[in-house]
Amino acid sequence: MAVAASSVAVPSAPRELAPVIPVRALPLVAVVLAGLVVAIAGNWLWALTFYHVVGGALWTSIDLFVGFVIGPILRVLPVPARVEFTTRFMPKMLVIMPTVVTMTLGAGFQLARQSGHLSTSDPRHVWVVVSMCVVGVMAVVALALLSPANLAVLFELRKPQPDPAVVGALMRRFVYAAGVTGAMQVATFVIMTRLAS
Amino acid sequence: MTPERRLPPVTQLGAASMAFVAAGVIYIASYLPKHAPLGAAIACLASAAVLLGVNAVLLSRTREFAWWRFFQVMRWGLLAYFVVAGMLEYTFLYDHTHGALLAIMTCMLVLFMVNVPLLLAFTVARYQVADR
Repeated sequence: MAVAASSVAVPSAPRELAPVIPVRALPLVAVVLAGLVVAIAGNWLWALTFYHVVGGALWTSIDLFVGFVIGPILRVLPVPARVEFTTRFMPKMLVIMPTVVTMTLGAGFQLARQSGHLSTSDPRHVWVVVSMCVVGVMAVVALALLSPANLAVLFELRKPQPDPAVVGALMRRFVYAAGVTGAMQVATFVIMTRLAS
Repeated sequence: MTPERRLPPVTQLGAASMAFVAAGVIYIASYLPKHAPLGAAIACLASAAVLLGVNAVLLSRTREFAWWRFFQVMRWGLLAYFVVAGMLEYTFLYDHTHGALLAIMTCMLVLFMVNVPLLLAFTVARYQVADR
C-alpha cells in the first residue's frame, strides 16, 4: 500500500483543536441508550426489533462503507487531505460506533431470549451461537485494534505538529481493522437472514 | 515518525486476553437459559486474567513512556467502560443470573472493563512524548 506519509509535510499553520469527543452528541447518545434500557426492561417487542434492526443496519453499513469505500479513497489522498478528513471523521466515529453496537447487541440478545432461539433445544440455536462467535471476533478486532487506533489518531492530530507517518500508520491500522470487521459483516448477513427466514 | 521505543506487546496480550473473555462469554451464553458446565468458562477466565496480569507487569516495568497521558486516557476510559459494564451487569441480573455463573460473568466483565481502557491508553501514550 502506498503511503507517502513522511514525504509530505503537514501544514504548520496553527489549527483549531477540536474536542476528542463531540460533547454535543452525548445527550443524544444518552437518550438512545436510555431507550434501549426501557425496551429491554419492558420486553417491548417492537422497540427491541427497532433497536436491533436499525442498530444492525447502521453498524453493517458503516463498517462496509468505511472498510471498502472510504478506506481505499483515504489511502490515495495526500497526507494533508487525509489529516483534514481524519480530524473531522474520527470524533464522530468514536461516538457513533459504540452506540450502534450497544443498540444491536443489547436488543439482539433480548430478542433471542424472547423468541426462544437462545434455548439449546431451538433448531436455530446453532445460528445464534455462530452469530455470537462472529460478534466475538468483531468485538476483539474493534476494541483491541480499531478504537485504540481511532483515539491515538485524534491525540496525534491535537499536537502542534502532527507526525504524518504516525497518522498514516494508525489510519492504515484503522482501515484494515474496519475491512476485517466489514468482511465479518458479510457472515452476519448470512446468519441473520437464516435466523429470520 | 517518533522513534519507536522498545515496548512490551501490550496490544497483542490485551487482544488475547479479550479473546479469552469473548470465548468464555460465548460458551456460557450458548447454554442459556440453562447453566453451562463451568470448567471451560473458568479456564477462559483464568487465562484472560493471567494475560492481563502479565500485561500489567510488563507495562509497569516500562521506563520511557508517556505515563501522564496513559493515566489520563485510562481514567476516562475506565469511567466510560464502567457505564458499559454496568449496563451489561444489569442485563445479567435482569435475566436472573445468579450464583457461580454470575460471579464468573461479573469477573469477565471486570476483565473486559479494564482491558479496553488499557489498550486505548497504551496505544495513545506510545506515540506521545515520554515522561522525563
